[in-house]
Amino acid sequence: MTDISQSGPMLAADGTPLKRSLARALRMQKLRALMLIAPLLLFILLTFILPVADMLYRSVDNRIVQDVLPRTIEALEDWDPGSNQLPEEAAFAALAADLKDAANAKTHTKVAKRLNYENPGIASVFRKSGRKVKKWDVENDGPYREKLIELNDGWGDVDLWKTIKTYSGVRTAGYFLNAVDMKLGADGAEVRPENERIYNTLLIRTMRMSLIITFSCILLGYPVAWLLANLPASKANLLLILVLLPFWTSLLVRTSAWKILLQQQGVINDTLVWIGLVDDANRLVLINNELGTIIAMTHILLPFMILPMYSVMQTINPTYMRAAKSMGATDWTAFWRVYFPQSVPGIGAGSILVFILAVGYYITPALVGGTKGTFISNLIAYHISTSGNWGLGAALGAILLAVVLLLYWVYDKIVGIDNVKLG
Amino acid sequence: MADASNVDAFVEFERVQKSYDGENLVVKDLNLTMPKGEFLTMLGPSGSGKTTCLMMLAGFETATHGDIRLDGVSINNIPPHKRGIGMVFQNYALFPHMTIAENLSFPLEVRKMGKSEREEKVKRALDMVEMGAFGGRRPSQLSGGQQQRIALARALVFEPELVLMDEPLGALDKQLREKMQFEITHLAHRLGITVVYVTHDQTEALTMSDRVAVFDDGRIQQIAPPDQLYESPENSFVAQFIGENNTLEGTVKEINNGVALVQLDDGELIDCKPVNVSRPGERTRVSIRPERVEYNKERLQEGAHTLKAEVLEFIYMGDIFRTRLRVAGNDEFIIKTRNAPDQTRLQPGQQIEIGWLPEDCRALDA
Ligand SMILES: Nc1ncnc2c1ncn2[C@@H]1O[C@H](COP(=O)(O)OP(=O)(O)O)[C@@H](O)[C@H]1O
Ligand SMILES: [Mg+2]
Repeated sequence: MTDISQSGPMLAADGTPLKRSLARALRMQKLRALMLIAPLLLFILLTFILPVADMLYRSVDNRIVQDVLPRTIEALEDWDPGSNQLPEEAAFAALAADLKDAANAKTHTKVAKRLNYENPGIASVFRKSGRKVKKWDVENDGPYREKLIELNDGWGDVDLWKTIKTYSGVRTAGYFLNAVDMKLGADGAEVRPENERIYNTLLIRTMRMSLIITFSCILLGYPVAWLLANLPASKANLLLILVLLPFWTSLLVRTSAWKILLQQQGVINDTLVWIGLVDDANRLVLINNELGTIIAMTHILLPFMILPMYSVMQTINPTYMRAAKSMGATDWTAFWRVYFPQSVPGIGAGSILVFILAVGYYITPALVGGTKGTFISNLIAYHISTSGNWGLGAALGAILLAVVLLLYWVYDKIVGIDNVKLG
Repeated sequence: MADASNVDAFVEFERVQKSYDGENLVVKDLNLTMPKGEFLTMLGPSGSGKTTCLMMLAGFETATHGDIRLDGVSINNIPPHKRGIGMVFQNYALFPHMTIAENLSFPLEVRKMGKSEREEKVKRALDMVEMGAFGGRRPSQLSGGQQQRIALARALVFEPELVLMDEPLGALDKQLREKMQFEITHLAHRLGITVVYVTHDQTEALTMSDRVAVFDDGRIQQIAPPDQLYESPENSFVAQFIGENNTLEGTVKEINNGVALVQLDDGELIDCKPVNVSRPGERTRVSIRPERVEYNKERLQEGAHTLKAEVLEFIYMGDIFRTRLRVAGNDEFIIKTRNAPDQTRLQPGQQIEIGWLPEDCRALDA
């Protein structure tokens, strides 16, 4: 057998190194596998990965200022905003030139809108001046300092110039700071005044309520999943259909049904008043607040908790319980020490699913949440579709994504993602 | 009911019936008495109701009718966790989320035993099955045979007087199974525990048990020590089920002095021992064990009946020779002979005469 031992690499029958011919054989397999999933990959790339990347990019994109006001930014380079003095004439001249070009290209409103997010009021200064400056002869009409201030005394405000200088970069942290209730001042990030803070509260509320909803789903779903896993097949199938029944009706219909049930003149209040548990004058406020959102969302997300728990419980052999009892354990001990620990992976899977769905939920909080029960997603939607501040919407979305990933990581550290089973 | 129970009876089934669906009886009129310390095996084909009997004894199924007594006390209304019966399951049912030591400690913990005493007992139980070094492992890190031992240790660790085992060796390979069979009987006798053991493997039943109860169709067909069961089966089901068996069909001609004259269907007459035939004219199945058939004339008893036979196949199996014959129209007649130096090897096509002692040839129900 000694002649087989050799110093060089192992060779295949045709003399090529074994490693290389193995890699070649595997490459063909991989390529074929890749071709099979190529359509799906392309689909995901176009509809998921690219939009997410675009969102992340928009949350820091600030090219518009640089694009529209290049000369002004150059002229402001040497200006010290800390001096509280208006910049030199050169900056005004550059602004006039930039503004004229921008007004002709109709881009001045865009930069106005961008800067207005940071310093409300700027938009009207830009818009009003743009119309006039269009007619100026920027080569010879100077000096511009007095001329511009005369045109609109907004140009005489040092804060306006500070804003332009602060947001002159191609990338900005402004949207992200805004999303955590801060802003870029002349000397770095600072917390916004109390009356302008909303996002932190909302983010914390979203997390807190999602947790409450997840726990409610665990409490309500666990017994149902247990029944599903332990009833004889025919009854279990019927129950499973009942669990899945909500999926057959539109989400909107289900949420509206909760409105009818929960409102002050609604079915639940009417019943309580009729029984005499609640005074007619003090009907319970069950909707348009946090409670309404929690009730409706627990109902809507419950199947996502039950199904993973059920599929895990199905794999727990009933002989474990019998074994425990034969060893002297009462029904409760057998459940708590033997059955429950084995069902934890199902709870984990259901919780992750429900929590992630809840954190990003939008329709239900919008319909039954009022002002006190809305989620961060409702504000994201507002910025994307109503206010047009896509940058801020994107920053909020990115933060939400980061928080979910962080929680997922924490979960993995504490419980271990290997312990999550979907069946 | 105390008067009805046997004095030294430890486990008793009295007229027990069980139905799951209210239409079919899975267990029909079961009567069984076991003394303390006995190793009893329930043997029978799949679906014959063995597991059901065990589960009724353990308390996981309730008897539809009848009385089950443990140590003279009716346990019909005692919940399983208060019966104090150890159990070994076919799939072992070791708790996957606990270590081996935690698994063994579990029955002691639910009995509120102190920590040091628990550790002491767990250690002793692990040593007993020679698994002392494995306390810290998880069940999934053990081989099938090792899991088997742990399941056994766990059923014994709280020192029950009665241990039930439902096909505990079913998942093991043959060699390991034989080793474990030996170890289980050894342990049971050493500890003096009473064991009810369920299997569908007759070799296992014969080698391990003090007594075997053969189940079929929800009834005990025969309950006897292994040698009696093999040598004196009381009906043709038991004769067929236990060991290899040759059957010849015929009609009883006459019964005299404990010897029945049977006319086989091809007209030949043979002498048999009447077991459950009583009248001439009755149909019968005659049962002869393959190793009790003799073809060497010198070894045949004087006056023994002989039959003509044709050799169809000769199989060399090492320690024995197995020869298939055609006898009285039956092509599946098997004889077994020891591989000894003076033994003749039969050739296919050869015509021989075979015979046996009348007491080895049993006339059973048709
Ligand atoms: N939980 C049950 N529900 C309904 N029928 C059952 C149940 N358990 C067993 N049976 C039926 O009872 C009969 C005997 O089963 P079992 O006691 O498991 O037999 P064995 O253990 O001898 O194979 C079988 O026909 C089986 O189908
Ligand atoms: Mg069984």
